[in-house]
Amino acid sequence: MDAQIALLLSQDGITNGAIYALLALALVMVFAVTRIIFIPQGEFVSYGALTMAMFQTGLVPSTIWLLVILGIVVVLLDSLALIKTKQNQKLFKLLGINLAYPLVLAGLLYLLPVKDMGMLLQTLFTLAILVPMGPMLYRLAFQPVASASVLTLLIISVAVHVMMVGLGLIFFGAEGLRTEAFSDARFEWGMLSVNGQTLWVIASFFSLITALYLFFERTIYGKALRATALNRVGARLMGIPPALSGKLTFFLAALIGALSGILIAPITTIYYDTGFIIGLKGFVAAIIGGLVSYPLAAGGAILVGLIEAFSSFWASEYKEIIVFTLIIPVLLWRSLRSHSMEDEE
Amino acid sequence: MKPLLSSRMVLGVFIVLIAATPLVMSPFYITLLNYIGLAALVALGLVLLTGIGNLTSFGQAAFVGVGAYSTAFVTTSSSFAWLGNSPWAGFIIGLLITSAVALILGAITLKLSGHFLPLGTIAWGISLYYLFGTAEALGGHTGMTGIPPILVLGWVLDQGYEIYYLIWAFLLAAIINTKNLLDSREGRAIRALKGGRIMAEAMGVNTLYSRMAIFLFAALHASTSGWLYAHMQRFVNPTPFNIHNGIEYLFMAVIGGASSVWGAIVGSSLITILKQWLQDLLPKLFGQNGNFEVILFGLIMIIVLQRAQNGLWPLLAKLLPVQHELKTINPHAEPLAQRTLPTHGEVILEAKNVTRKFGGLIANNNMNLTVHAGEILALIGPNGAGKSTLFNQLSGVDTPSSGEVLFLGKPIGGLQSRTVAAMGMSRTFQHVKLLPTMTVLENVAIGAHQRGHKGVFSAAWRLERAEEERLLAEAARQIERVGLKELMHVEAGSLALGQQRILEIARALCSDPCLLLLDEPAAGLRHLEKQALADLLRRLKAQGMAILLVEHDMDFVMGLVDYVVVMEFGQKIAEGLPEAVQQNQAVLEAYLGGVE
Amino acid sequence: MSATPLLQVKDLSVSYGKIEALTKANLSVNQGQIVTVIGPNGAGKTTLLSAIMGLLPSQGEVTFDGTIEKVPEVERMVSRSLSLVPEKRELFSDMSVSDNLVLGAFQRYRNGQRDYKDTLEEIYSLFPRLKERQHQLAGTLSGGERQMLAVGRALMGKPKLLMLDEPSLGLAPLIVREIFRIITELKKRGVSILLIEQNARAALQVADYAYVLETGQVVMEGVAHELSDSPQIIETYLGLGGKHQAILTT
Repeated sequence: MDAQIALLLSQDGITNGAIYALLALALVMVFAVTRIIFIPQGEFVSYGALTMAMFQTGLVPSTIWLLVILGIVVVLLDSLALIKTKQNQKLFKLLGINLAYPLVLAGLLYLLPVKDMGMLLQTLFTLAILVPMGPMLYRLAFQPVASASVLTLLIISVAVHVMMVGLGLIFFGAEGLRTEAFSDARFEWGMLSVNGQTLWVIASFFSLITALYLFFERTIYGKALRATALNRVGARLMGIPPALSGKLTFFLAALIGALSGILIAPITTIYYDTGFIIGLKGFVAAIIGGLVSYPLAAGGAILVGLIEAFSSFWASEYKEIIVFTLIIPVLLWRSLRSHSMEDEE
Repeated sequence: MKPLLSSRMVLGVFIVLIAATPLVMSPFYITLLNYIGLAALVALGLVLLTGIGNLTSFGQAAFVGVGAYSTAFVTTSSSFAWLGNSPWAGFIIGLLITSAVALILGAITLKLSGHFLPLGTIAWGISLYYLFGTAEALGGHTGMTGIPPILVLGWVLDQGYEIYYLIWAFLLAAIINTKNLLDSREGRAIRALKGGRIMAEAMGVNTLYSRMAIFLFAALHASTSGWLYAHMQRFVNPTPFNIHNGIEYLFMAVIGGASSVWGAIVGSSLITILKQWLQDLLPKLFGQNGNFEVILFGLIMIIVLQRAQNGLWPLLAKLLPVQHELKTINPHAEPLAQRTLPTHGEVILEAKNVTRKFGGLIANNNMNLTVHAGEILALIGPNGAGKSTLFNQLSGVDTPSSGEVLFLGKPIGGLQSRTVAAMGMSRTFQHVKLLPTMTVLENVAIGAHQRGHKGVFSAAWRLERAEEERLLAEAARQIERVGLKELMHVEAGSLALGQQRILEIARALCSDPCLLLLDEPAAGLRHLEKQALADLLRRLKAQGMAILLVEHDMDFVMGLVDYVVVMEFGQKIAEGLPEAVQQNQAVLEAYLGGVE
Repeated sequence: MSATPLLQVKDLSVSYGKIEALTKANLSVNQGQIVTVIGPNGAGKTTLLSAIMGLLPSQGEVTFDGTIEKVPEVERMVSRSLSLVPEKRELFSDMSVSDNLVLGAFQRYRNGQRDYKDTLEEIYSLFPRLKERQHQLAGTLSGGERQMLAVGRALMGKPKLLMLDEPSLGLAPLIVREIFRIITELKKRGVSILLIEQNARAALQVADYAYVLETGQVVMEGVAHELSDSPQIIETYLGLGGKHQAILTT
């Protein structure tokens, strides 16, 4: 291996690492606020990539119908209580978000020529379909058992994951797809050659991190989420409903997941079940941070990206094995550091 | 009223049904039953792990894979010709490899919170699947063929109905072993893992060992299932061992009912039959091939966990009126060895200048106290005075920032609570910690954990009945000693609070201690219950026990104890004989409030 | 009692599994009153507050501010201006003092009242100490400051009724005095208070009306200053036995 190849591999590693870092941050956030280990994070990645790809092939993505169906189920479950107690304002809000919005969006997608509207609008439409699914998913799968043990929540999380993979196969078929690059530009600095897509990924990474930082530090809703993560009873006493925190967190997680998918789709061919593997790499990173530390998780993600890039050069067949076996030394390290018996539930 | 069946009868009917099935069913159904049996073997391990031990694994399919590939390699590779390429050698080697992997995975995850094991098993499940697919020696994605059938006593099991008997014999043995294990000393420790780890550790249980034992147990069952599978199919490829099959096994256990061994059979039957049916139906519906049935399984799973967390078995069990068998106690069982109690007046526990700081907060400041054999010492003080913090130092749960605690002359700082328990100190909890669905007898028997030594294997094969008899007799003796004899076979959760506190004392006594630490034993008790408790403590004292109790209620303490230490703001403000302390102005201030 | 009470609790029962922690408790708090509930450890005092707040499932009826709640729910109770300062304070220890306070106004902010900055200044004027430490993390405060922060945070929600669970717990006498000064000050400002205290003498001194809780049941009630002289009270709650009454009254 010469320096040029090393640079190229590092660049690959960092690009993928940045995406794993976003996913890792989302996983840590979801776990801190809701205690849910969010396995379906990866499905939002593949849904994001493949919804975008369907736009580019001129099709209306079937994911919109999942949004419509989820919305209808939410309305069916929640409207009765609101009608009974005559909370009209809340009822209108419920119907607006879960019924009107998906239908209007579906109408727009059939009427507008999304294929020719440019990548930015396609990205926005992709997010418009997928991000609201986050809170709906929370409402349907997790809210009824929000106070259950971490283990139960994890099992539900896995159940949601297998459902989403199965549905993904119906929506997108078994073929893998790759989207157009956001930029075909290439920049040469001496030995270093950087392509435009890498810069897009890095720039998106930093803007998203900054936006999240501002949200958590400056807004009262952001503070409410942090408060929930720190002290659940305290948060409830402030009138911060666990359901609100949960939905808000899932909104952010879905946003991060779908956006990661859109960013990675021009680099890697994405199949309906690729997201799981990508999400799990985010997990390995999140575990490096013990599922609690954001900076350690982000650093771990870059490490995972680099190890993956270099092992694909040396032992490409064993790439995945190497990455997932990495979890063993990580857990060992965490285990040696832990002294007290962990809390029981 | 419906007639009650004994659980032996149920098992008997089950065995007859299994034996008779091949005589009446067509080969198609026999094959289906073979798959159900193989899956149930895996799900059974998950019942123990998830429903009872509060752990879980998504990587069981990978252990099935280890079992299958081990035997495939051993029976087909020329490098194992020296073992005669025997399936039984393959079985043993599979179990050995599985144990090694499970021990490594367990060692690095089980010390951490419960959710790290499942995450570790996901990663390991995926890695292993890729390894099966890439390793050339294992045939890559095409897999390995030419696996011979199993030979049992000269009988070649190469027909579906033949291996059927072997599969179900293994499953039956696994069910019986599991039930035996749960009904033993180690089994009580395992059942305490869900919601009682702190208590179990304080009673001398090594919960890390118990967690490791059930993980290993589950892995070995999965490996066995893989071995049977390989010799039934006569070829192996990586597909059945991927992570999604691992998830499906967990679904079987949870949907069937992870709290009972029968749940594993219900769940694996349901999922296997549904899968068979849906795999024909759904691809036609969607016009393409794929595992669409998982969508439905995922949905059932979510609904089960939201609506009926214990799965389907408890609902079915209601239809089957099985009689609950009471445990028999053999009063003539040889009593367990007892430690010699220290002589009256000997120093048992000594706190020397104990200071505990939390950040800038000083919770205990320079506390000193001494407990003697045959004496009751009360540590009293208003709420928030730092009594609980001191209690934690004294019981070895927490280590002082400076100063030390000596128990029988030895410092206990930094020791595990089970080590302290072994030294002869036993305790109760301020917020009662017992296992509500276990009987009073079983709860109390946990206290005697360290007085027995037989392990999980002897328990599974019932080789420890003599010791078990002695342990139960001891538990019964302690229950009688505290006056709960009538309630011995009642579920502990149905007792009144006062009785639950007494139960905790019986449990502590079961460990044969020379010092009892009682944390607010009278809190929340009614007047008569308090009197009963005081009488019991007096009797124990007369028998030579040293007792330290932390109390808030002065009335309870007076007239009962020999010596009182009063705390406020983390410091000792008074000590002495009860009558003297009662008159102390500082104590009255502390109790009544000093605001004018 | 003449006017409709602000809070009325009727036959409230709570059980943990098969153990009943609170049995058919009845009590009421009038507008502008300080009502105290005293009783020994484990009597069910904290359970009572938690049930009123909706933190625990309960049977019975809680009428607050004219509306009957069969099953109180925390968020709804908070938005209807009921605040609880729990025994454990439940602060957000890794957040700053000011962030803790701002979150106290979360429910009002969510309902469209965006004046939390003004409320914040009012709280700072009541607790100048908190203003000095506004950028410090809540976890670094001393015990007394933590209690002030917990009370201040609850007041950010502009409660009609403030429920305090053992506000003097574990605090040094000087600080306890300060806490009770604040309680009296709040009463002057028109806040109604339901106070749970182990410091009986202090509680009975500031309160208008008192209830005595024992093993989950209200065993006695009455005007606070009358109760504080009752020998029975001293025995029941203080657990000192009647013979010490002489010492107490001297």
